[in-house]
Amino acid sequence: MNKTLKLVVDGAEMDVDGNMTILQACEQAGAEIPRFCYHERLSIAGNCRMCLVEVAGMPKPVASCAMQIKDLRPGRNGEPPEVKTFSPLVKKAREGVMEFLLINHPLDCPICDQGGECDLQDQAMAYGEAGSRYHEPKRAHDEINLGPLVKTAMTRCIHCTRCVRFTTEVCGVTEMGSTGRGEDAEIISYLDQALTSELSGNVVDLCPVGALTSRPYAFAARPWELRKTETIDAMDALGSNIRADVRGRAVLRVLPRNHDDVNEEWISDKTRYAIDGLGRQRLDRPYIRHEGKLRPATWDEAFAHIVAKLHGLKGEEIAAVAGDLVSVEAMYSLKDLLGRLGSTRVECRQEGAALPPENRAAWLFNPGIAGIDRADAILIIGSNPRKEAAVLNARLRRAWLNGAEIATIGPDADLTYPVTRLGAGPETLADAANLDWVRETLAKAKNPLIILGNGAVSRADGAAVLSAAMGLAESLGAIREDWTGFALLHQAASRVGGLEIGFASEGGIAKIYDDAASGALKAVWLLGADEIDPSRLGSAFVVYQGHHGDKGAHRADVILPTGAWLEQPGLYVNMEGRPQLALTAALPPGEAREDWAALRALSAALGVAQPFDDLGGLRKALFAEFPRLAAVDSREAAVWSGVPASEGGLSGAPFAESVPDYFMTNAVARASATMAELSKLAKERRGTTLAAAE
Amino acid sequence: MAFDFLKDEDRIFTNLYGFYDRSLAGARARGHWDGTAGLIVKGKDWIINEMKASGLRGRGGAGFPTGLKWSFMPKEESDGRPHYLVVNADESEPGTCKDREIMRHDPHTLIEGCLIASFAMNAHAAYIYLRGEYVREREALQAAIDECYDAGLLGKNAAGSGWDFDLYLHHGAGAYICGEETALLESLEGKKGMPRLKPPFPANAGLYGCPTTVNNVESIAVAPTILRRGASWFSSFGRDNNKGTKIFGISGHVNKPCVVEEAMSIPLRELIDRHCGGVRGGWDNVKAVIPGGSSVRCIPKSVCDDVLMDFDDLSKHKSGLGTAAVIVMDQSTDIIKAIWRLSKFYKHESCGQCTPCREGTGWMMRVMDRLVRGEAEIEEIDMLLSVTKQVEGHTICALGDAAAWPIQGLIAHFRDEIEDRIRAKRRGRMTAAVAAE
Repeated sequence: MNKTLKLVVDGAEMDVDGNMTILQACEQAGAEIPRFCYHERLSIAGNCRMCLVEVAGMPKPVASCAMQIKDLRPGRNGEPPEVKTFSPLVKKAREGVMEFLLINHPLDCPICDQGGECDLQDQAMAYGEAGSRYHEPKRAHDEINLGPLVKTAMTRCIHCTRCVRFTTEVCGVTEMGSTGRGEDAEIISYLDQALTSELSGNVVDLCPVGALTSRPYAFAARPWELRKTETIDAMDALGSNIRADVRGRAVLRVLPRNHDDVNEEWISDKTRYAIDGLGRQRLDRPYIRHEGKLRPATWDEAFAHIVAKLHGLKGEEIAAVAGDLVSVEAMYSLKDLLGRLGSTRVECRQEGAALPPENRAAWLFNPGIAGIDRADAILIIGSNPRKEAAVLNARLRRAWLNGAEIATIGPDADLTYPVTRLGAGPETLADAANLDWVRETLAKAKNPLIILGNGAVSRADGAAVLSAAMGLAESLGAIREDWTGFALLHQAASRVGGLEIGFASEGGIAKIYDDAASGALKAVWLLGADEIDPSRLGSAFVVYQGHHGDKGAHRADVILPTGAWLEQPGLYVNMEGRPQLALTAALPPGEAREDWAALRALSAALGVAQPFDDLGGLRKALFAEFPRLAAVDSREAAVWSGVPASEGGLSGAPFAESVPDYFMTNAVARASATMAELSKLAKERRGTTLAAAE
Repeated sequence: MAFDFLKDEDRIFTNLYGFYDRSLAGARARGHWDGTAGLIVKGKDWIINEMKASGLRGRGGAGFPTGLKWSFMPKEESDGRPHYLVVNADESEPGTCKDREIMRHDPHTLIEGCLIASFAMNAHAAYIYLRGEYVREREALQAAIDECYDAGLLGKNAAGSGWDFDLYLHHGAGAYICGEETALLESLEGKKGMPRLKPPFPANAGLYGCPTTVNNVESIAVAPTILRRGASWFSSFGRDNNKGTKIFGISGHVNKPCVVEEAMSIPLRELIDRHCGGVRGGWDNVKAVIPGGSSVRCIPKSVCDDVLMDFDDLSKHKSGLGTAAVIVMDQSTDIIKAIWRLSKFYKHESCGQCTPCREGTGWMMRVMDRLVRGEAEIEEIDMLLSVTKQVEGHTICALGDAAAWPIQGLIAHFRDEIEDRIRAKRRGRMTAAVAAE
């Protein structure tokens, strides 16, 4: 029931949806309304009183964030309600509120990290008085512990309760609240313990003042010193839109950008805080293994070594494996190079996922991330979305808040919303059609959704699991013209891009291991592949092209240093098949190059020069072959082409937790001190919980 | 014109002082629970129209017409949500002590009122939210409710009316803010007592999101008698727009502080002289009166001389009837300190939700603190006044207004006294009142 009503804002008449608040209508009319507590993605608190406006006929100013247009009464002769946003009454009211906010706010802007991007500071420029009339003692509060990510200065708090509402509503952890009354009211964390949410860093962005600031970024820089680059996150397969702030060569912080269909305006703690890993364990020059030890070398020496080693090898004796953080261009370029050497043995499913590259609907998050909002019954199989895609999990939680029923088959985990746990492993999946919940809830839902975790298809029986889950979706009628109720939840930012360009080969990673062990495979190219088992590469000659001294580099015979994901431009296709463009935020360290450039140079050394001389040329070739990828930020739905057949049967082993340590999922995170601290904290907490449970 | 004092036969609360039997039998002997089913049979519209015609205005302080409030409830339980009546018995306003007398001595008036009001508003359940400190009142009221259940006056087919009705007594935890109707609902739901944003008003989304009416104890307790004796009887008391009888609670510097039911629009002086044995030291010894509980502006003696105790006359003098809790202060009162004490109360009871009240109450209290001692600048009086205006009307609930008004009253009527004290402090000579500390 969206009734359109007439409204006059500052003298201009307009038509607005009656369900809108005055604040929203004013925004639409172009009138700016100051606010502290109001946030469009949180519930309305109406407590800061900064957004007061004058409504003709009302004796008192009205909190515009909380008043809906339909609740306004028309004038005596039926004239539309009139809102004034800059009348003397409004100005006086806001100045009054501003004065109240400032009387107990410390005057420590020079040492406050919020300085320069502080709502209170900005609004005080508009509504603040030059001097203070408050000569009484000021209030102070003790600091609270919110963990290693969020630094607190609670004396600066203006009690807008955004952090409380965010943690409660979006994160689903009731770990923040306010106690005390009147001027003694304080925001506290439960039992003064660190927040357990994977989204806790967002409270830093939400806090309109400097009460909650970023601890790793503390006293590091002022916002105006930073170079801001709008780019894409690669810490999970969601493709969160981010902004990287850089000073000099160092990425100092990562902030979310709004994208309604992807990450809304949240990012996970890993996205935000793993960046200190970019400064550690870096590969900044080429290395060549000499008598068992890696020795620094020049690019030319490294290339010469590779040329020598690859000389005379047949195409099928060379394979390439791509890691989780690499861009589509890097993979395309590598695939192209191998093709020129006569090999088609490229593989991006380094964890061994049994995803058929040709069946696109089998490995996309088909309804789209925003499609979760439409789902009213969701079955999660072999996945812990809280760990695998924390921001997406917040969307699942919202679906639950809006009435969706959610069930799981897999490990028993706290997903921040209650779920019906149907079982632990494939035997439940095989029998799913007979389960009460599936028959009564999932089958009867309007938009049923089955989410299959990447971990569940990375097992030996992965193909059978995939086939069973897709079969279940089909048998429930979840696959329709207007709704594809099957979604694969990826964990790696590069995976969908890799599958899109066919960076996969028959037999997958298992065949590469086997052939390497048997000696049939003589050279393996690791493109940032750190999640493989290097011990199973036999005696093959291994080139590691990447940015961190992690597992892959340790096994390498030659190391070619390249930039990490914030250090080179590239396309990333997120789990729903949306190509997004990442840009260079910082420069790679030392002699490291961009991936495609390293490969292009090598191709010349190998005598099979690639036909492009710049990234533009590479992209032209890429888009010619895969036109879908050229449509940046739009996604093309997959055509449902049936359930892939599987040879083997389901095993009896229950689905394991696919992300044993959320903070240690890739080479950058493993190099990050912040992530290490969080990982340790999480382990301790698990220990305490277990001890308490005993 | 001499005032017609309320005759004994026109009193609704015939056991206000607990002289008689407060049990069900006693109440019945005094005419309560008489023909309740017969009133209900006349139907919801009749009840609501009769209440409207009686001119009863809410007795909790704001004075909103009760019948009109009842008529705001959705007519039928159209969308499947139950309706609720919630009785605000969180009587915490300093100076106010009328509802407790009803609940401990005449509880059956309230219980019968709950049944009739709930029926009129389609509610099968009502909650009485009782102030935390009212322990004896809870005991008396609970005993009376139990008696009614035993006698079939509550429960299934309550009082033989055919209406199923349950009445629950909820004991609060003693926060003043829980007397604000939406904070009360929050508290009743088990949450922190913080006022809600309005709209939606409780009649649309109140207790557990269902249509709810929140009424004061006295408003509900007078309803059965109004219906029995007729709207015209009730409206024969008081001036237009200020009809009926009212319980006044007079405290402070009077010879015999008391709670008394009187007709509305009684002159303040008559009220005090007739029922309280006059002001201590005689009428001329009056310094100021707070006529309606701590949150209204005080009135000086010049106004007290001929002001009528009703909504309109008091608001004409920029004060209010409030809960009709009359606080009388004679010339020995340090009026600045008296108002400071109220500021301290409001600072203590502010819930801390919204900015002006959270920050303003403490500020006002601290400035008042210095004004009591005279340690301030003359200009700070105007500054304080402007702070009260900054709080007033900018908050979610009325507590901000309630904190601002007493100070505004003080400055309006006793500014000279504040200035004198500041000057005396400068000169080093104390006034008698301060010296007496």
